[in-house]
Amino acid sequence: MAGKIILCRCEDVTTRDVERAVATGFSDLEEVKRYTGFGTGPCQGKECLRAVALHLARATGREPGALSPFTSRPPLAPTELKFFVKGRDTTKRNG
Amino acid sequence: MSRQAPPPTSSALLRAEAEVAIVGGGIMGLALAYNLTERGVTDVVVLEAHHLAWGASGRNGGGIRQQWSTEMNIRLMQESIDICGRFAQELGTNVWMRQGGYLFLCRDPKMLARMEAVIALQNRCDVPTRLLSSAEVMDLVPELDVRAYAGAWYNPTDAIVFPWPFLWGYARAAARAGVEIHTVTPVTAIERRAGAFELETPKGKVRAQRVVNAAGAWSPQVARLMGLELPTWPARHEILSTEPLKPFLRPMVSVIDTGLYFSQSLRGEIVGGITLHEPRHDQVQLGSRLEFLEAMAAGLCEAMPRLGDVKVVRQWAGPYDLTPDNSPIVGEAPDVPGFYLCSGFVGHGFMMAPVVAKHYALHLTGGPTHPFFHQWRLRRFAEGDLVRENLIIG
Repeated sequence: MAGKIILCRCEDVTTRDVERAVATGFSDLEEVKRYTGFGTGPCQGKECLRAVALHLARATGREPGALSPFTSRPPLAPTELKFFVKGRDTTKRNG
Repeated sequence: MSRQAPPPTSSALLRAEAEVAIVGGGIMGLALAYNLTERGVTDVVVLEAHHLAWGASGRNGGGIRQQWSTEMNIRLMQESIDICGRFAQELGTNVWMRQGGYLFLCRDPKMLARMEAVIALQNRCDVPTRLLSSAEVMDLVPELDVRAYAGAWYNPTDAIVFPWPFLWGYARAAARAGVEIHTVTPVTAIERRAGAFELETPKGKVRAQRVVNAAGAWSPQVARLMGLELPTWPARHEILSTEPLKPFLRPMVSVIDTGLYFSQSLRGEIVGGITLHEPRHDQVQLGSRLEFLEAMAAGLCEAMPRLGDVKVVRQWAGPYDLTPDNSPIVGEAPDVPGFYLCSGFVGHGFMMAPVVAKHYALHLTGGPTHPFFHQWRLRRFAEGDLVRENLIIG
């Protein structure tokens, strides 16, 4: 099981993936996000950011508080595109 | 990963001397660094203010198209797409290239009529673009609602890539050959001393024989360190990504009248943007706006009504580096020998980088000089000899 602990469930990023990112030279959460894809799935980091940050801090010998989180992106939660179309009847499917 | 690669980023102190210092660790700077090593120049440092993929190179839609309106750009992009196709094998990094073509939709009948000559030019260059009937569009992408469009055209050999690994690939290959890549290393001052340049950074100084400004939307600030004014300015361009869907969309789809474009990535997401006009700023703006999300949702739902039920997962912004004639600025700065420009790619730098960097490296190492060095020279603005390229999207 070593290394196969999943930190990001949306994108299947494991502890080993994060360690590999560190070994490749990436040490910030923004970089590790781009390298592993963690935090880019439906949860957008809400479930995994803390877990990855803790593991990254451990892997790089830093305090978790020394890491900056990645930029969070709108919308707050995944939302159907039709809700953003002005004047559209959103009660109908494909409407 | 079977291939052992040195780190693409280096936290060590700067070396004191380098033959070439490249300012900007985006696709252009990294591709140039790699191509210089291919030409035997390995004494190169890349100085990136943030981290790799921070600027437009890490924020774009990954579109690679050969549908341009001048012969030079068409032929350049043919060469670029060839390089992309060999990238995984030659550089050892999979860039998730998918050659699904570009489908353009057009509302304006006059624009459609003008496109005939452009398509004929592309065909003469062996790019197989052709006009499509509504029925052919529906065959290609049955989910589209084609009623609003006067016509469509399609080139099956255009492609998309995933931008991030493209950068890692160039960075890794350059680092393997000896290039030092420094992230979180902004250049704060440049001084000319005894025929060379001294670049100051928080990690110390490096003295370089030649400097290349490949800082994208930040290149005017870098040029100003040298007392040089570039006629370029940054413009925010926003983009969004949806939840992943089962693969269904083959080509990149673009509505030429509105600048809407979208494609399905190999991760299954619909990724795309649309043109929004905004007041001119001198500083790079990277905030996300509801206004964009509304315009994009409306554009997507009109072109492909089914997408209304698809969830948008995130939106973000990247900076276009605009020029007065929508064409780049390259070559040695007129009054600063040894200081080279490589910016102003107007949102198309990513797709052009593989070929531009290749020819740039040839130019810097005494090889043949591609005609783009003349067409895209900085002096053209003073001389009134502007470029006429009008297929700029987004």
